Amino acid sequence: MFNSIDRALAFDSKMLSVRGYRQQILASNIANADTPNYKAMDIDFSQMLTNAMGSISMSRTDAGHIDAKGGSPVAGIKPMYRAAVQPSIDGNTVDADVEQAQFSENALQYMSTLQFMNGKIQSTLLALRGN
Amino acid sequence: MALFNVFDIAGSAMTAQSMRLNVVASNMANADSVTGSDGQPYRAKQVIFQAQAVNNAMPKGVSGVAVTKVIDDPSPMKLVYDPQNPFANAEGYVTMPNVNVVEEMTNMISASRSYQANVEMMNTAKTMIQRTLALGQ
Repeated sequence: MFNSIDRALAFDSKMLSVRGYRQQILASNIANADTPNYKAMDIDFSQMLTNAMGSISMSRTDAGHIDAKGGSPVAGIKPMYRAAVQPSIDGNTVDADVEQAQFSENALQYMSTLQFMNGKIQSTLLALRGN
Repeated sequence: MALFNVFDIAGSAMTAQSMRLNVVASNMANADSVTGSDGQPYRAKQVIFQAQAVNNAMPKGVSGVAVTKVIDDPSPMKLVYDPQNPFANAEGYVTMPNVNVVEEMTNMISASRSYQANVEMMNTAKTMIQRTLALGQ
C-alpha cells in the first residue's frame, strides 16, 4: 500500500526537485546581473524531466552489480547558456526582465505542483479515513 | 532542501550590492577632496564582482556573487585652473579627484535596483519553502 502511495507522489516529487534546481539557476542569474562576463544559464525543461523520470541508470559492467535505478533526479541535468538577445558591453548576458519573469513563473509552477500533491494527499487521507 | 541555496545566493548578491553602494557613497562624498591622509587627491574606487559558489552545496551552474577586489579607478585625474588654491601647482592647476558624479549616480540607482530584486527573490524562496513545509496539512 505504501508503495502505491509512493508511486502516486513520485512524479510530483521529481517535478519539485527539478523546479527547485531551476529556481536556483535563475536565482544565480539574477544575483549575477552586474557581474562582468557572467553568462545567463537555464535548463531544457523537457529534457530534464525525461532525465528525472528514470532514464538515468548506472552502467553495469559485471553480472554481480545491482541495478541501481534513480538516484538524484537532477543528477544528469546540464545547465546551458541562454541565447543572448542584447548582451552588455562587459560580456554579461543576463536580461533582468527575462530572468525575473522566469523566476516568478518557475515559483508559480513549483507551488502548483505542491497544490497537486496536496490534492492527492487529501484524497488518500479521505480514502484511508473512509468518512 | 535545495531552495535554501537561493537564500545564500540572494544574500551574497545583497552583500555585494551594498558594498558597491558603500563605494559609491565614498566616491560621492570625496568628489571634491583635493587631499587625503597620504597628501594625494582622492581616487575613485570601483568594486569588482565575480560569480562564485558561496557554499559547498551548490550544484552545477549555480553561483552567488562576491566582491573580489576594490580597485582605484584608472581614469585620469581632473585638472582645474585655480591659482589661488594652496594646492595649485606651478602652472596654477589643482589636481581634483577623478570621480564622475553622473556615473556614480547611475551606479547607485543600479545597485539599489539589484538589491531590491534580490530581496524579492528571497521573499519568493521563503514563500516556496513555507508552502513545501505545509504540504499535506
